Amino acid sequence: MTANPQRGEASARASALLEVRDLKKHFPVTKGLIFSRTTGYLKAVDGISFQIERGKTLGIVGESGCGKSTTAKLLLMLEEPTEGQILFEGEDIHHTDASHRRSYRSSVQAVFQDPWSSLNPRMRVRDLIGEPMVINWDVPKREIEERVEKLLNDVGLSSYHANLFPHEFSGGQRQRLAIARGLSLNPKMIVLDEPVSALDVSIRAQIMNLLKDLQKEYEVSYLLIAHHLATVRYMCDWVAVMYLGQIVEYAEVKELYNTPLHPYTKALMSAALPSHPDIEQDEIILTGEVPSPLNPPSGCRFHTRCPFAMDRCAVEIPETKEVAPGHTTSCHLY
Amino acid sequence: MVSNGHTGDIVLEVEDLRTYFSTRWGTVKAVDGVSFDLRRGETLGIVGESGCGKSVTMLSLMRLIPMPPGEIVSGSIVLQGQDILQLTENEMSKVRGSQIALIIQDPMTSLNPVFTIGSQVNEAIQIHQDIPRRSILQQTLEVLRKVNIPAAETRVKDYPHQLSGGMRQRVVGAIGISCEPAVLIADEPTTSLDVTIQAQYLKLLKDLQQQQNLALIFITHDFGVVAKMCDRVAVMYAGRIVEMGNVREIFNSPSHPYTEALLASVPKLEEDVDRLFAIEGQPPALHDLPQGCAFADRCPHVMDRCREEYPAQFQVSATHNAACWRLA
Repeated sequence: MTANPQRGEASARASALLEVRDLKKHFPVTKGLIFSRTTGYLKAVDGISFQIERGKTLGIVGESGCGKSTTAKLLLMLEEPTEGQILFEGEDIHHTDASHRRSYRSSVQAVFQDPWSSLNPRMRVRDLIGEPMVINWDVPKREIEERVEKLLNDVGLSSYHANLFPHEFSGGQRQRLAIARGLSLNPKMIVLDEPVSALDVSIRAQIMNLLKDLQKEYEVSYLLIAHHLATVRYMCDWVAVMYLGQIVEYAEVKELYNTPLHPYTKALMSAALPSHPDIEQDEIILTGEVPSPLNPPSGCRFHTRCPFAMDRCAVEIPETKEVAPGHTTSCHLY
Repeated sequence: MVSNGHTGDIVLEVEDLRTYFSTRWGTVKAVDGVSFDLRRGETLGIVGESGCGKSVTMLSLMRLIPMPPGEIVSGSIVLQGQDILQLTENEMSKVRGSQIALIIQDPMTSLNPVFTIGSQVNEAIQIHQDIPRRSILQQTLEVLRKVNIPAAETRVKDYPHQLSGGMRQRVVGAIGISCEPAVLIADEPTTSLDVTIQAQYLKLLKDLQQQQNLALIFITHDFGVVAKMCDRVAVMYAGRIVEMGNVREIFNSPSHPYTEALLASVPKLEEDVDRLFAIEGQPPALHDLPQGCAFADRCPHVMDRCREEYPAQFQVSATHNAACWRLA
């Protein structure tokens, strides 16, 4: 394998590869065209903390508008956080020198949902996959080509595919290309934003298995953004459930699926579709829709839809409590 | 509760339906010999991947196939005793919406952005029901209340962009049921909705079905929807139904290798799966179908015979059949 010049001696200071502390992203809402003034803030991400361990997968689940995609953008440095820290190998990525930032950007890569729009239709596969290396690494062209071939083989394609254009591939194959590109810089972490939801059912299992195999081979961590709970159960080691910009429950995957605590998590589980017609599900059907993050409800943000809401839920913001080892939730019930 | 044992009268009978498209690559046999029937109050799921012909089946049932390039080559679709393939276009437009209606996948594009939702719901009522103008509004409100639109009186004047995705989908549902059709086809009605909204919508459809004794056809790729909603299932692959049976028969003893593999490739919510079974390869191109079984190239049990001859339908039980030579 090609040596990666970016990968210096990995600092083993922190046990977690990545740590997020009280991260916030508030988008200003403006009124008026010329003399525009800020009339409020959309709190897309409002104080979240989590860790991602080396070689492990953290899943973030939640409905649209819960802030999971903004979280992904913050981690990819596509958005500047309003407050809070992102520590990567112990280093605060926003308060460090340019070379560290640069190495962070190449250590954290992304694979997006829709492989029809995430691959440039005018580039050949060799350039699509090779481009990150051309930009970031100072290595001879031949070495890059060899590595493109290796990556193609690793994701289950063949060397001759390097000469083709994206339109010559099926959806599953395109997602394989996107994964190969994500892996090209030997990243330590990949942000997977709904990586299988645009694919056909029989192809999804192929891609999920491939991602799991590559994780072992490349020792890469994943942040998986998904809404399909069964997919998250299959793919992840840890899960964070988000609602309106906050993490309401955070636990190891088995723990979360066997003993969900937060009413929102329970509602999500009961709303998810069963894998067999004989499976009896609790009928917690939430009424209404997710409130606007422009004007989130007072107290616990979930109280407007919660079947167990009490008087204090509307007033008091629940603290995050560790209910079992490694299992935290924010709810007045506990 | 409408369950498996329920035997209402047959409202829809599809016999050997073939819908072909002529393209520059040759004839695409999108639907190639599909037969099924549907009883009142029953829910049939049609499952398959993209390109398996489930949507073309649905469009054929509505007679909405663009001709040319498409053509319903043969078969019959008997809806409440009348073969709708024999109807003229004028006669068909009276049937469409009043006897058989459709809920399309994407609520963002299936509503017209420049008309209020009220006018879009009452359009169907106006066309199909001979009632005075004044009571049309009443009926529109009633239909909107049926699909749980809150404050229907004010919502009728809203435009689609003023509603959330879940509400829009319910408006589309309201148009579907406005004339109390015998058969309602729902084409992936929940794919663009969030999980909790999806649960609300599926419950709504079940309630409506019971109220109006609707026969529902669910077009989906999601076995979860099938497990939750359907009484019977038809699994499609490359334009044909490869397996059909009661929902429990399909889940408990899938008899076609494709159904079996598909069920094994879906991660489960309720249990840990170490490694998913992945079906290798991809569905065949519809313009270049093999002579024998279309699944042969991906099938773990493939025999010589599979490549030579398309398998006949074999009975597994009185209500369960599959097209596979393994059952011969």
